[in-house]
Amino acid sequence: MLTNFVIPDLLPAAPELFILAMACVILIVDLFVKSKARTLTFALTQLTLVGCAAITYMTSTGEITYTFSNMFVDDLMADLLKLFLDLTVIVVLFYARGYIAERVSMAKGEFYVLVLLATLGMMVMISANHLLTLYLGLEMMSLSVYAMVALNRDSTQATEAAMKYFVLGALASGLLLYGISMVYGATGTLEITQVAQALAQGAVNKTILVFGLVFLVAGIAFKLGVVPFHMWIPDVYHGAPTPVTLFIASAPKLAAFAMVIRLLVNGLFFLAPDWQQMLMILAVLSMAIGNLAAIAQTNIKRMLAYSAISHMGFMLLGMVSGVVGGDARFALNAYSSSMFYMVAYVITSVAGFGMILLLARAGFEADSLDDFKGLNKRSPWFASMMMVVMLSMAGIPFFVGFFAKFAVLQAVVAAGYMWLAIAAVLFSLIGAFYYLRVVKLMYFDAPLDETPIAAGFDTKLLLSANGLAVALLGLFPQTLMYLCAVALVRSL
Amino acid sequence: MSGYLLSLAIWTPIVAGLVVLFTGSDRNAPLARGLALLGAVLGLLVTLPLYTGFDKATSAMQFVEQASWIAPFNINYHLGVDGISMPFVILNAFITILVVLAGWKVIEQRVAQYNAAFLIMSGLLNGIFCALDGVLFYVFFEASLIPLYLIIGMWGGPNRVYAAIKFFLYTLMGSLLFLIALIYLFFQSGGSFSIQDWHQLPLDLTTQIWLFLAFLVAFAVKVPMWPVHTWLPDAHVEAPTGGSVVLAAIALKLGAYGFLRFSLPIAPDASHELSGLMIGLSLIAVIYIGFVALVQADMKKLVAYSSIAHMGFVTLGFFMLNPLGVEGALVQMISHGFVSGAMFLCIGVLYDRMHSRQIADYGGVVNTMPKFAAFFMLFSMANAGLPATSGFVGEFMVILGAVEYNFWVAFAAATTMIVGAAYTLWMYKRVVFGAVANSHVAELEDINAREFFFLAILALCVLGMGLYPLPFTEVMHASVNDLLQHVAQSKLQ
Repeated sequence: MLTNFVIPDLLPAAPELFILAMACVILIVDLFVKSKARTLTFALTQLTLVGCAAITYMTSTGEITYTFSNMFVDDLMADLLKLFLDLTVIVVLFYARGYIAERVSMAKGEFYVLVLLATLGMMVMISANHLLTLYLGLEMMSLSVYAMVALNRDSTQATEAAMKYFVLGALASGLLLYGISMVYGATGTLEITQVAQALAQGAVNKTILVFGLVFLVAGIAFKLGVVPFHMWIPDVYHGAPTPVTLFIASAPKLAAFAMVIRLLVNGLFFLAPDWQQMLMILAVLSMAIGNLAAIAQTNIKRMLAYSAISHMGFMLLGMVSGVVGGDARFALNAYSSSMFYMVAYVITSVAGFGMILLLARAGFEADSLDDFKGLNKRSPWFASMMMVVMLSMAGIPFFVGFFAKFAVLQAVVAAGYMWLAIAAVLFSLIGAFYYLRVVKLMYFDAPLDETPIAAGFDTKLLLSANGLAVALLGLFPQTLMYLCAVALVRSL
Repeated sequence: MSGYLLSLAIWTPIVAGLVVLFTGSDRNAPLARGLALLGAVLGLLVTLPLYTGFDKATSAMQFVEQASWIAPFNINYHLGVDGISMPFVILNAFITILVVLAGWKVIEQRVAQYNAAFLIMSGLLNGIFCALDGVLFYVFFEASLIPLYLIIGMWGGPNRVYAAIKFFLYTLMGSLLFLIALIYLFFQSGGSFSIQDWHQLPLDLTTQIWLFLAFLVAFAVKVPMWPVHTWLPDAHVEAPTGGSVVLAAIALKLGAYGFLRFSLPIAPDASHELSGLMIGLSLIAVIYIGFVALVQADMKKLVAYSSIAHMGFVTLGFFMLNPLGVEGALVQMISHGFVSGAMFLCIGVLYDRMHSRQIADYGGVVNTMPKFAAFFMLFSMANAGLPATSGFVGEFMVILGAVEYNFWVAFAAATTMIVGAAYTLWMYKRVVFGAVANSHVAELEDINAREFFFLAILALCVLGMGLYPLPFTEVMHASVNDLLQHVAQSKLQ
């Protein structure tokens, strides 16, 4: 049988292979690192990510390339998402470093290795052209993240969050697998492009397929964290150590977006009228419950968790506007608006959680809304950065969040769902209230403590750059919009 | 240089505001004040060529600038002014100087942020008046909420947080529906966000009515029209003097300006169809809110309600859809900018000394502050619409227009002359005349040179415009006539 074995083309998967090799190296190197700050581990991890980004960029051809017997695909969308992913993780690690070094139970090399493995999982998800590859990537990411949530093992809150995340995550994986088996039953293949072909030829049992689709959508909804599969989000965001929350809240969103595209658009585009209806219900419920529940929160991590739910709902609005009455003219515009929304959200949310890490110091978490009181007196610069982040999330111009909402809204209006657009802006109005409340706390209230901000210079610099990026992308959103559009045009 | 006048008008104050912001802590307060004044004066200077270089004969957009901004959606950085918008750019730049002066001594905390907020807002407001692209308009329209929110919330009165959030959410509610209308028009017009393209776009009546209503929600809140006016008294009472001045003099004009730029020309048939509704709402504002003003015990609240009544006059003028009405309403808008700004500054002068705005705490102010009393008298008279002041010109033109439209509408509108005089002069009498009410009033000092300066300039404007309104009206003629001709043509096919 060995004669039949062909070495697959490894080049399209070079970034993944690199990151895997380096994760193993770092795991071993870390055994010999004595310093508590783990500077070497940190540096190696960052270099790995930079290297991975460089390889992704250099091996990018812009063509759709399949490898590993068509189980793995490398296209422009994958490359772009991987670049954003690497960049996000690099920024996350910079923010997280000070916090981790100050806390003994977390200052381990495992944190960095788990981050790398989770990143690898996400990259595999992004490049999956096979339902099992997708599942593999998903589990690799999830298992690493479960461990990261529980990393601070003495904290009952964190352990509880990890447990909850694990049980619900396992359930969602089960749902997804069940859906995958239905797709296999109906089409006789697990390869995403072949599923699409089978559907196009029409010789499939649609009942079974739609039945399976329900489970696939449920699995996706869990990963995105949209209502009614959102229960884990507030508890995990709240319970996990803030750097882990920062990680969960940013990078996996990009992978989840890729999962939506791979499964629903690449694979089951034929069923768009069916899944669009399902996503529409999820989107409206998420915007309603996310925005309403966020008002009642006193913990900023919990508030941002509910805000994340509402943002994912808003992002889905773009996905439901692709096909109208069999007409797919606006599909690319709609999906690229969703992608733009997702990228914009990740940039903004990284800065938001970064602010919590900035204010935190040894023995003080700064995760209560009241900890933001009077920030303008303590540090006018970072208060203004946080204001930019909050206003961007609320969708106020000139910040990137506004153009993200604008792009999605125009897709919704183009599809003729006027009522959906009106519902979306009304829920955004509710959302604006709690974002404004954070601005109110920072600017109108007196500070509870006057301690100067203790974070390191690199964190401060990067956070400033992050905040300015939110503002500058709001002034000049064209490039990012264009990138998202081109990536999708050349990958679908 | 002349090709970038509008950009200069927008970005000069914003850049100046950022510079002021970086002076940092209150140790540098004098520097911050100086730079802010310099920025505001520069901001006015760059707008003056807009008047001198303005071609009064044409209704076309002038000083046009166009550059692609967001190509995927065909959004352009497209600026231009006509006779309707140009005066407001200059008014806005002028008011900014007064605001900086008014806060000179009074604001002692976070001086740099205070002045920066006003300068940045001034630039954003100019952006609204100059924008010819729907999204550009919207972006400035909404971004201008941020500085005012901060101004009310940071330097306002005891109930400032409530007022600030109410102000923000109320106005945001209106503008979000407006955004959907803009996107809808983008698709209807085949992919254009240009406001001028939309003016030519044929639309059926149902669509026009929906669009008109979406615009109405946004602009009615901003004007504010009855019954969505309730945010304004709260915002005015809690805002610092400068905030009230900008709010009354400029921010309220945005809604009215929006009617002229969007509602009337884009949905002319709906405007005719719904003019009865608009006139009804305007008359309620004029008469009912006038009576509400009469019973106020707080001076700022009284002027706030009087602002709503005056703005009711403006919308009344617009929707009679005749030249006298529209032009009168525009004159009324500018005059109200001067007069309400002056009224709030006068109340600010009193408040700085007594820390009270209750009418009952005053009495006999003329005995201790004769110079102030004279200015306050002039502005009160202008607020009541006395002939020879600017307040008279606009109201008179609108009433003339109303006579042309319908006698009973004119009759109802004219009652404002009586009610307006009643609430303003009664307040003036209780505050200024009579015996010295208490020891605090007895210790009042008359206005200083700085206060004299800004009140005197405003007094000149009010009198000048009242006696010789031609420089204001002549720039508007061509644009107003063109607008009305446009509105008279049906867009139905």
